[in-house]
Amino acid sequence: MTTKPLKLRELAKGEDRFAYGHRMCAGCGAPIVVKQVLMATDYPIIASNATGCLEVSSCIQEYTAWKIPWIHSAFENAAATISGVEAMYRSLVKQGKIDDKQVKFIAFGGDGGTYDIGFQSLSGAMERGHDMMYICYDNGAYMNTGIQRSSATPFGANTTTCPAGDVIPGKLQQRKDLTRIMAAHDIPYVAQASPGNWMDLMKKVQKAFEIKGPKFMNIIAPCNRGWRSRTDDAITLAKLAVNTCYWPLYEIENGVTKITVKPKEKKPLTEFLKPQGRFKHMFAPKNKWMLEQAQGYVDAQWERLQKEAAAGEAEKTPEE
Amino acid sequence: MSKKYWETLPQGSVVLEAGNSAKFKTGSWRSMRPKWIEENCIQCMFCWMYCPDMSVKVNAEGKREDFNFDYCKGCGICALECPGKKGNKAIVMEEEGK
Repeated sequence: MTTKPLKLRELAKGEDRFAYGHRMCAGCGAPIVVKQVLMATDYPIIASNATGCLEVSSCIQEYTAWKIPWIHSAFENAAATISGVEAMYRSLVKQGKIDDKQVKFIAFGGDGGTYDIGFQSLSGAMERGHDMMYICYDNGAYMNTGIQRSSATPFGANTTTCPAGDVIPGKLQQRKDLTRIMAAHDIPYVAQASPGNWMDLMKKVQKAFEIKGPKFMNIIAPCNRGWRSRTDDAITLAKLAVNTCYWPLYEIENGVTKITVKPKEKKPLTEFLKPQGRFKHMFAPKNKWMLEQAQGYVDAQWERLQKEAAAGEAEKTPEE
Repeated sequence: MSKKYWETLPQGSVVLEAGNSAKFKTGSWRSMRPKWIEENCIQCMFCWMYCPDMSVKVNAEGKREDFNFDYCKGCGICALECPGKKGNKAIVMEEEGK
């Protein structure tokens, strides 16, 4: 199957595979992520979903927003579920009971269902080498149950289980870098994307579908309820996350790192933090150290990523 | 929709009709209403791409038409992302019901 051209006007003529009438909050980033992922390809897709905002709001009792075969079983096993579906599909094709329609398999999970609760099943599915893609939409906390901290919650954020008060000013730990952890599984393709850079996101999805084996994509999905921002700034924040290098866009293909979108000018992290109420306390004079620490962490991560990308670049050009 | 009971529901909580969430209209959630000003529209389709509720109608030629107010939740992403023409936005948010 040929990859379809990514022209907005051509894409707009196509049919959405994620329907309206879903009950995600107004201005949620997750449906934008799902719609862009499903739009990127014409392959038939079967998806599983970890418990989370996306799962509970897209499939409520007898209504479903999915126009593709979709399965939810529990919180911790989206990857195990889809790997079972994939193995069954392969077996049936091999037995000649069904035709191979080049079906692609995706597991969707939030950061809670991916970084924390679903991590063991995700790691296992990647190790077993199933031909599947895992997509994590990362909104940085358990938003569905009322904004509890997860290991994806950034440093300093105010959540209901790490509230910012006089003694403890929000979350004191840095977030877990899951994209790198998945890359450490030595799978063929790992990428990080943002719905604000739709072209980059869809290109990565297209690329991943042409690769056989386990793939992982981590996509930022702004949540105005949990981030305490406005309902209309999901895309603006997704772009700011990229331009401040809080959420760099890169891919690791067969161990080679490549930065796919380099911000023209690296903005200070405060531009990303300021519009979000969950970081409000960090702007108090006594918490200045938090802003410095957060910026320091982002700078160090960006520095390391650039070094890795430079090494990847050097690997590609053969030495004379 | 008429109420269904356990005898009439498909086994295993399976939903047999793809995309039937369309029967649930989320337009009533809206407190702000986007207004499309056609003369300022450059058909960049960003609003369509970024709409979380698939509520920007597109015709067969791939050009945008008015909003689908049955489902638009009035989040305002389209209005914020709209580049407009010469600085004039093609989408503005207005209070619902005014």
